[in-house]
Amino acid sequence: MNKIKFLAMVLVMGALAAFKADVPPAGYKVGDIATDFSLKNVDGKMVSLKDIKGAKGYIVVFTCNHCPYAQAYQDRVVALDKKYKALGYPVVAINPNNPDKVKEDSFANMQERAKSNKFTFPYLLDDGGKIFPQYGATKTPHVYVLQKTAKGNVVKYIGAIDDNYEDAAAVKQKYVENAVDALLKGKDVTVKETKAIGCSIKA
Amino acid sequence: MYKILSKISIVAMVCMSVSCKKETTTVVKANDTIADTSKTQFPDTLAALIPKPIKVYTNDTVSVKAYEYEGLKYYLNQKNDTTYVINFWATWCVPCVEELPNFEKINAKYKENKVKVILVSLDMPKMIDTKLLPFITKRQLKSEVLLMRDPDQNTWLPKVDSTWSGALPATIIYNKDMRKFYERSFTYDELEKEVSNFK
Repeated sequence: MNKIKFLAMVLVMGALAAFKADVPPAGYKVGDIATDFSLKNVDGKMVSLKDIKGAKGYIVVFTCNHCPYAQAYQDRVVALDKKYKALGYPVVAINPNNPDKVKEDSFANMQERAKSNKFTFPYLLDDGGKIFPQYGATKTPHVYVLQKTAKGNVVKYIGAIDDNYEDAAAVKQKYVENAVDALLKGKDVTVKETKAIGCSIKA
Repeated sequence: MYKILSKISIVAMVCMSVSCKKETTTVVKANDTIADTSKTQFPDTLAALIPKPIKVYTNDTVSVKAYEYEGLKYYLNQKNDTTYVINFWATWCVPCVEELPNFEKINAKYKENKVKVILVSLDMPKMIDTKLLPFITKRQLKSEVLLMRDPDQNTWLPKVDSTWSGALPATIIYNKDMRKFYERSFTYDELEKEVSNFK
């Protein structure tokens, strides 16, 4: 019996090894449970999703200082928090870049950015780059809308904020707003995943 | 025993998701989306096939054609005896700018061997005159530079490659028989090795 179990284990490991070689780390898919974290905020305090009171879910935005796309969306991220925090879906921004690689994304520069642009939400440093690979974030900005449930924070939407980085006035589809609106109404999210150009994460 | 087994699996899974950042590559057969241009190769007919840009940006020394996806796809699907190396980049993308000389070198070295590099810039409209054109002038880029001006990325990104997350740099190498997509950076040696696989 033990032999069979050992054989099964070898097979499992073999299958995993094969999987590892062929498939890049995929991160979360819609429907997965997203991990919580404890990351340092620009005010020096550690922030975890579970500590945010009154939340029905979260708009987790991987973003940074230096990326022009992140900059193009900065005001729209502030607007998202303004609109949805009161409704139970606050923004939680995370800078996944290694400040040793990108000086503009240093903790001090994050503090400066949060202050000068009046961030109303936590702006956290993924120190050591441990959280973004679990989510599967590859670029900034990269958004994950999570819904808080009894079994954990369920990923409900992954992708871009909307369909026009160039011009906020010309946006036709507000992907994140549509997702959160649907969740607030107890409906299913229609567009669950979108693609957009961003700056690759410098780990 | 089951506990141990599942623990080992979990450890393996965690290791897999954290430490193994493999580059994304996909191989597909080149498809028949555009007319076969390999038979009649007269300069006139070729020129006539090149799609009309939505705009042409110029300064004193350089000129860059801007396309939406409908125009750009011609450059992603040419069927002749040339191997095309399409690099998606932007002046604001640090790793892109770092690897650009490698693409330039390939373009120069293999010009006679029917390899053509096309640099597709994703610079934002407000950066074209201030950043992109001066950059091309200053670096004296010899490879053809095109500008992708199509903000509805969720529509066109998956058409370039279904596996592309949207991170830059990204590269397609293709000829009439073969196509590969890479969401990664290249050293010169790595790029040369990949291109040599298309011979």
